[in-house]
This record gives sequence, structure tokens and C-alpha cells, in this order.
Amino acid sequence: MLDADFFRRWMTVTAESVDREAERLTALDSPIGDADHGSNLHRGFTAVTAALEKEAPGTPGGVLTLAGRQLISTVGGASGPLYGTLLRRTGKALGDAAEVSAEQLAEALRAGVDAVMTLGGAAPGDKTMIDALVPAVDALGDSFAAARTAAEEGAVATTPLQARKGRASYLGERSIGHQDPGATSAALLVAGLAEAAGE
Amino acid sequence: MKMLINVPETVVADALRGLAAAHPDLTVDVENRVIVRRDAPVAGKVGLVSGGGSGHEPLHGGFVGPGMLSAACPGEVFTSPVPDQMLRAAAAVDSGAGVLFIVKNYTGDVLNFDMAAELAEDEGIQVAKVLVNDDVAVTDSLYTAGRRGTGATLFVEKIAGAAADEGMPLERVEAIARQVNENSRSFGVALSPCSTPAKGSPTFDLPPGELELGIGIHGEPGRERRAMMTSGEIAEAAVEAVVEDLKPRNPVLVLVNGMGATPLLELYGFNAEVHRVLAARGVAVARVLVGNYVTSLDMAGASVTLCQVDEELLRLWDAPVKTPGLRWGV
Repeated sequence: MLDADFFRRWMTVTAESVDREAERLTALDSPIGDADHGSNLHRGFTAVTAALEKEAPGTPGGVLTLAGRQLISTVGGASGPLYGTLLRRTGKALGDAAEVSAEQLAEALRAGVDAVMTLGGAAPGDKTMIDALVPAVDALGDSFAAARTAAEEGAVATTPLQARKGRASYLGERSIGHQDPGATSAALLVAGLAEAAGE
Repeated sequence: MKMLINVPETVVADALRGLAAAHPDLTVDVENRVIVRRDAPVAGKVGLVSGGGSGHEPLHGGFVGPGMLSAACPGEVFTSPVPDQMLRAAAAVDSGAGVLFIVKNYTGDVLNFDMAAELAEDEGIQVAKVLVNDDVAVTDSLYTAGRRGTGATLFVEKIAGAAADEGMPLERVEAIARQVNENSRSFGVALSPCSTPAKGSPTFDLPPGELELGIGIHGEPGRERRAMMTSGEIAEAAVEAVVEDLKPRNPVLVLVNGMGATPLLELYGFNAEVHRVLAARGVAVARVLVGNYVTSLDMAGASVTLCQVDEELLRLWDAPVKTPGLRWGV
């Protein structure tokens, strides 16, 4: 079973990897976007860890809801509402339970990803974070490690795609050949989940 | 890349402190990043709130003041502001007559303003929204995030601002803002990329002998790259694209807008070419604005925006305005 500690660890290790990878995310965002994805997410996850240190919610749902709210309030751009909604809706789906099973998390995360698709209007294949998140949620039934691999593969698989959402979509065919920064950061989030689980 | 900054993290806050020092008739909340006209909320007047990423100055903070915006929310560089800022701005300017959000069509701006509108309505503030999407360079809106909001934002903010100052009700101000957007089109050209403070180097490579046609205002490349053209050739490409799409029958407002690093000498020369092409196409010009208004940091290049106006829109355009970035009739 997964408790609030596990979820706090998930957020903390994600914040650390966003810190490490911020420059790479910004570099990926520069040929097809506006070169700020890394610095924006870094600002958001710094706020998440600060908020979790200040007030420590006692439930998995509470941790994710608080984290999502912080992202919406600090990131800006499209990433703020999209990542914020992902975590908030996942947290809400987990409810008030003090501990949740891996199956419950997979189900809640699916609800979160669905909410992101509704909000952003993106579908798989549009070259967005969805291309990492959907395969990750599908693989979560097997293991956290499988989810991490699926997310990473999903992110890499965005390279040959033409962007249909977000700022990269304005480049049309010129967006082909670049890995999507949003899918890349989504893979970091899923990798953080596996790392928190020790996988 | 050399920049006149301290550290990238404080660029926006530093600029807001400077804006406050230069313009005591604005209330600048540096910590929460909201710029409000000093006399807000004005009794009986619809509040106009706009915002978007920083790096486009004077848009939007430079357009706060009598006759234009009631408040503006600057985000990080090229990044939409967050809902908390918009909610604060709405609360600061709402006199009970409601608030109009003027939103440029970018995924981030749309999502954050939508969230802010929900929050504002929870607090009993009546909110309407208008989406600016004037960029004709985005051709296949079905497969993109839709047309970007660029130069027409200035026309929407100025004309809706005058309507609000005249005491028109929210529905009317919203309708006028929509009318301005529907009658406006833009096209932009980059001669050099821009450099964001966070990255510290150009956001894309543009060789000296080439230019980008159909750029937006975020340092993103355009749809097409060509060998460098003359001012006259660029004017032909830009005006052609705009007129083809707008098909104006009435006189137009013309905005010849610099992207940040192109000097006025070049912009005025470009304006002459724009006028030549408009005349050749039989488009009557009502008013002209030349300068750096909707910029993209240090990008070189220009955009052309046309807005087809009727008598009412022209009267509202001519109405007095007193902001840091736009000022006449006062």
C-alpha cells in the first residue's frame, strides 16, 4: 500500500530531477517552442516541495491536490494548468484514503490524464505530454518500472511527429524531428514515481 | 549574449519596479505582478484586464491607464500569467459593472484565463472574455492551436478601453472587442531571432542572409524561410497575406509594429512600402501607428496589422488615451 509519505517522496524526487534536467528541457523547447519549459517547471516544483514542507497533508490525495494547486499558481503557460490539473484530478480521485493500492493509483492517474486531455484538447499522437502519459498509465498495471519505460519510449516516439497542439503546432512540418519537451518532462514525472517506489 | 539584467530570475520583477518608478499614476504590485490604473475601480465602468507573457513590452503593462486597460498581469518571459494574478486584477478593477478579459489565443493564456474566470465568478465578479486571434500566418487552424493573437491585441485593448470609459455595459464592450478582433489581421516577419533571459542565447538559428516569414511574438520560428528580401518585397508579402484574408471594404487602421530590435528609421521606411502596397490594392487608410508596440524581446523584424473600421470604431480609436505606451488627446 502507498501512503502520504510515498507521494511526498514522489514529488520530491520529481522536483530533484526537474532541477537536474531543467536545462535539457529548455533546450528541447527552444527549436520548437519558446525556450522556457525547464525554467517554468523548475519554478513550479520548487514551490511544490516548499509547500509540502510547510504543510504536510496526511493523505495521498491531499499531497497531490496541494502539489497541483501549487503548479497552477506558479508555473503559468500551458504547463501550469495541465500539470496542475493532472495532479489535482489524480489527487481528487484518490479521495481521503490514508493509503491506496497501486491499482487505485493507476485508476486515479488515468482520471488525471483524461482531465488533461479534456482541458488541453490533445489526443495521443499530437506530440504533447499525453504521448508519454497514456502509455505510462497503460503500463502501470504491470509495474512502476514498466510505466517509466513506457513513458520514456513515448517521449522519444514524439520526435518524428508533427505537433498539433501548443506552440510547436505553429511550426507545422518544421516541428518534425524534435522530441517534445512536454512529453519529456511527463516522463520525468513518471520516472519519479518509479524512483519513489524504489524500482 | 549580453543583456542589461541582473539575473534571469528577477527580470520581470526588476522591470516592474522600474515601471512603477517611471509611472506614479499606475499602481504596480511587484510581488503579485499586477499593474492597475491608479483610480480603479472606476464607479460604473467595466474593468478591462489583459495579460500574457512578459517580453512584449509595452504590451500589456504599458497599455494600462485611462482610455485603455484597467489592469494587466505580466507573466514570466513568454509565459502566461497564473490565475491568481488575473483574479487579483479582476478584484482590483471591478466596480460591479463586470470585467472583460482580453486573451490572446495561446494555449497557456486561454487555460489560465479560463481558470481565473471561474474563480472570479465564484467571488461574484461578472466576467466576459474575448479571444484575440489575428495571425494569418497560421493557416491550418484545424491542426494547430488556432490562430495566434498578435498585433490586433493593441487595437482591441484601445478600442474596447474607450468603450468601457464611455460607460458602455459589459455586453456592449465585449461585442465591440469581438468586432475589432474579427476585423483585424496580422502578419509578421523576423530578420533575427530573439534571446530569452532564461536561455541567454538566440532561440533559433537564422543565418544572416535569410529571414523568417509568418512568425509569432514568442521567438518561435515562422512557417517559411527565404533569402533576405527588400523592405518593399516584405511589405508585399505581409500586406498581401493580410488583405487576402481580411478583404477590407472599409478604411483600415494600420499598425506597423517593430519586434523590438528594428530601428524606427527602418520601420518608417517599411511603413512607406506598406502604404504603397495598400494603395495599389485600393485599401483606404484611416489611421496609422508606427513603432514598437507588440514586441518580442530583441527580435529584429516587423509585423503589419490591419483593422477594418466603421465610424464607431474609428471614433473610439480616436478617443483620448493616457498610458505609458500609448497616449494622445490628453
